[in-house]
Amino acid sequence: MYVAVKGGERAIENAHAWLAEERRGDTTIAELSVAQIREQLSLAVNRVMAEGSLYDPDLAALAIKQARGDLIEAIFLIRAYRTTLPRFGASEPVDTGAMACDRRISATFKDLPGGQILGPTFDYTHRLLDFKLAADGEVPEAPTQAAQTSEVPHVTGFLNREGLIEEALPDDTPPPDLTRAPLEMPADRALRLQALTRSDEGFTLGLAYSTQRGYARNHAFVGELRIGTVPVEMEIPELGFAIEIGEVTLTECETVNQFTGSKTEPPQFTRGYGLVFGQTERKAISMALVDRALRWEELGEENVGAPAQDAEFVLYHADNIQATGFLEHIKLPHYVDFQSELELVRKLRREAGADDAKEAAE
Amino acid sequence: MTDYNFAYLDEQTKRMIRRAILKGLAIPGYQVPFASREMPMPYGWGTGGVQVSAAVLTPQDTFKVIDQGADDTTNAVSIRQFFERTAGVTTTTRTAEATVIQTRHRIPEEPLTEGQILVYQVPIPEPLRFLEPRESETRKMHALEEYGLMHVKLYEDIARHGHIATSYAYPVKVEGRYVMDPSPIPKFDNPKLGNMAAIQLFGAGREQRIYALPPYTEVVSLGFEDHPFEASKADHPCAMCGATDSYLDEVIVDDTGGRMFVCSDTDYCATRQAAGHRGSEAA
Repeated sequence: MYVAVKGGERAIENAHAWLAEERRGDTTIAELSVAQIREQLSLAVNRVMAEGSLYDPDLAALAIKQARGDLIEAIFLIRAYRTTLPRFGASEPVDTGAMACDRRISATFKDLPGGQILGPTFDYTHRLLDFKLAADGEVPEAPTQAAQTSEVPHVTGFLNREGLIEEALPDDTPPPDLTRAPLEMPADRALRLQALTRSDEGFTLGLAYSTQRGYARNHAFVGELRIGTVPVEMEIPELGFAIEIGEVTLTECETVNQFTGSKTEPPQFTRGYGLVFGQTERKAISMALVDRALRWEELGEENVGAPAQDAEFVLYHADNIQATGFLEHIKLPHYVDFQSELELVRKLRREAGADDAKEAAE
Repeated sequence: MTDYNFAYLDEQTKRMIRRAILKGLAIPGYQVPFASREMPMPYGWGTGGVQVSAAVLTPQDTFKVIDQGADDTTNAVSIRQFFERTAGVTTTTRTAEATVIQTRHRIPEEPLTEGQILVYQVPIPEPLRFLEPRESETRKMHALEEYGLMHVKLYEDIARHGHIATSYAYPVKVEGRYVMDPSPIPKFDNPKLGNMAAIQLFGAGREQRIYALPPYTEVVSLGFEDHPFEASKADHPCAMCGATDSYLDEVIVDDTGGRMFVCSDTDYCATRQAAGHRGSEAA
């Protein structure tokens, strides 16, 4: 006997209870604290802040805990929370030239004012599992040195002095806000960069990699990669001047790209730019490469039809919260649509005589 | 949940959405871009419909949510609970009692009346999307009323299969102007779109579009003189209530090919059964 399926409500409640139990795992194992996640899984926290578009390490750590380590799910929690927050205003533009750098490298010059600072990087670690970490996590103290006080000017500025790189002229046009206006094409560079800084790391990496392999190759050098903290200032209307309200860690990547010139532009180096919350250098470099690829039109380059040159393709598919939601929605019931397709296929088969042929064969 | 505003969204956001809705009602079938918000449920799971419902709900409303015609499918339950928690509105499963009905993939069987609002969840609002993937192009095509591509697609279906091979999300033309995607409702439901007494609002969250049909709007399903549009459903009566005029779900009842057909609209079926109608499998 058929009984109409009921009890969706109870099924959901029970599923949530089960999920909570699975999230906690074996209760004889100590529970992770949010502070532990924030301190010891900090690169995961950084990714969640960057793609969640909210600079709050504690909330990002909480989201990671709640999401059982599923970072896209954690990013989703942060985005949904972020939308509900009131907006007090916009900060002044941050000055990355005044960054207190933890890391600063240039692939284009061996030495330069401010020096190269390797910083806390995996780059030259040998990727051998460290079984000591499985036993105890004690680390020997790292050597220290007084922070340097000298200026750390941007590398592209040196090239600019010679006129070898395209000028990046200051522009005080207020940037559009992706979170307050629908994304519409054509998107200017400010809007593209805004979308890219919160875009999925994997998607951006794949696109950037595709440009290196020849799909709109743009010969990128890492002119400079810097990671560090910058102060955030905001003008308070009652005061009439800007005050420092905190600081954020940023990763900035400026690429220097070879360019032989076009009808409108002389031979010179051109720029790709990446700026991302936290220590997120894979993302920042990827962003810079994709940014440069998307600039083909303003530089008078040829559109070779590569995915990374196609702003509409890149920007409409780079957001992992949109992508995962739509991808996963195909788990929802589609009985009605499927039923209408069933009828159509049966009808077409009947008319094509397919079922008769099948019966005859049997 | 007292930390959130009535129906979750803040008033500024609701105002922005209401503006988009009003514009949509003023230009029936036109897709109005709106600054869709990140909702606490995934994109693709009804965030457009939820934002539209949040913008039109008042504390006095009675709210119904259906998915595939049913009130008890998991995502319908989830969305109903969301508004019970955030808006505290009365909810119902009865079509006639609801003032706002949010739906995914169906139009209720019972004719809607003036004063009711039907809110559709829309995955891909652009009817031309699978013919032309670029938004910049499709917007131009709508502006120039350039719908030849769609007619060619329908014609090619007929040439290849003898029929228009679109069984749901069947495109319609609104008031002789805009070609519109009615959301993935079965084409069986298409005739209900036109001349409806209720307001119909369509929300696509991920795609950031809202469009609308005011009451008593002319909506014509596309077709050709010699191959007119044809609504269709499984050729059976409902096994539970005996209805012959409702859209049916096919249910597999055993592993030897046994199947039965029941109303997809659970309220319609239950109401008929309560009135004494019986199908072949009813207890």
